[in-house]
Amino acid sequence: MYQWDFAPVLANFDLLALGLLNTFAVTGTALAFGVPLGLALALARLTGKPLLAWPAGLLIEVFRTTPPLVQLFWFFFALPILIRVEMTPFMAAAATFSIQSAAFFAEVFRGGIVSIERGQWEAGRAIGMTHSQAMRRIILPQAVKRMIPAFMERAIELMKTTTLVAVVSYADLLYQANELAQKTFRPLEVLTVAALLYFVCIFAVSLASRALERRLAVSGETTVR
Amino acid sequence: MNGNPDMRALLRVGGLEKRFGENAVLRGIDLEVTAGDRIAIIGASGSGKSTLLRCLNFMELPTAGRIELDGVAVGSERRRGDGSIERVYAEAELTRLRRRIGMVFQQFNLFPHMTAIGNVMEGLRTVLRRPAAEARARALVELTRVGLADKAEEYPARLSGGQKQRVAIARALALDPEILLFDEPTSSLDPELVGEVLAVIRSLAEEGRTMLLVTHELGFAYHFASRVLFLADGVIHEQGSPEEVLKHPREARTQAFLARHRAFSF
Repeated sequence: MYQWDFAPVLANFDLLALGLLNTFAVTGTALAFGVPLGLALALARLTGKPLLAWPAGLLIEVFRTTPPLVQLFWFFFALPILIRVEMTPFMAAAATFSIQSAAFFAEVFRGGIVSIERGQWEAGRAIGMTHSQAMRRIILPQAVKRMIPAFMERAIELMKTTTLVAVVSYADLLYQANELAQKTFRPLEVLTVAALLYFVCIFAVSLASRALERRLAVSGETTVR
Repeated sequence: MNGNPDMRALLRVGGLEKRFGENAVLRGIDLEVTAGDRIAIIGASGSGKSTLLRCLNFMELPTAGRIELDGVAVGSERRRGDGSIERVYAEAELTRLRRRIGMVFQQFNLFPHMTAIGNVMEGLRTVLRRPAAEARARALVELTRVGLADKAEEYPARLSGGQKQRVAIARALALDPEILLFDEPTSSLDPELVGEVLAVIRSLAEEGRTMLLVTHELGFAYHFASRVLFLADGVIHEQGSPEEVLKHPREARTQAFLARHRAFSF
């Protein structure tokens, strides 16, 4: 019978806490760059101008269809060889996941924008709005509201995908958990605690997003059932 | 026809055509609108009446023909490769022009993420860049005009269809348009809500505003309009006073349309 013993894990909790902070750092950075970049890519793709739409579409498709692990390897190992930029593990991880999540967010933004009825565009134009005014004031606010569930789904996926950064020796939560497991010979307990930390963080975010949806639902249509 | 020869046409449409691919929806429309005209546009579905209205504020770009607003032709001429001439329209010019021509839609198209007063203020704030307090005061005037000052802070989802359409009318009025276009404003309303919207439109008529109205409400058209246009197959088939067109139509197609149309009372 296996004897569970969490004492060594708790004694070294600071290692896991540091890992969690690093996970937050790379997830947060990827979101901070990925969301605006994703919006820019979506708008570029929607212009219908080949010079903008094609490169945006190519970037989106490449990053959506290749494994994130390969992308990470490329940023960390291949780029330094090709263009002679040295990347720290954090920089490589942040760059990979910023662009990768931008590709996904671009599709979420595009889906949200095209889902808004044509009549909303027409009402904006009928009061003399330019295309960009209508986009900013009429279309995007409604599209963003519809995007929240898909957006949260991607953010959660992103936080879990960042566990890949261990391969470039970035000390995220899972990397630290592995170190601790080897140090304490208690892999089951360490990984269980790590999983619990992921669960608590992601579940909290998910609750917050539902609260946000409910608050935004005052103006009518709702995505919460 | 306009009675007063001194009055210059506010809107002059010449040879207007609109094709969607192979489908010719408008096949040569000539029309003059003088300030204060109230024009009802009737016709079967597919006759091009909504398309005509939508060309007047360039929601649809005409395939051929020209439109003058206050004596100034919209767009500019360009010679095609084969030597023929087409009109091209700069988006900036159309954007400026649309401020001067208000439009009310069949489906209201209120902005659902803004309150009633937010909807009415939007053009003043974003397009005309008026200060918030001034825009709010003006919006409240327009909401009062359509009888909805007490609903200023409600979101569209909490308003009835008739109330939504009245907010949409206030939204158009806030920009002081020289011409108002109504595209079947009561067609998606429950019958008991039609009256309140028509009452607002009638009060605007009494203020002497220039309006064009596409409608199936022939009874209302009779009382509202100074002129009635009957469209068929993309041309103005018959036009004249409500008395002439609706009560004593000369053309066989107009007579058939009126007979087919459900009974209406003047």
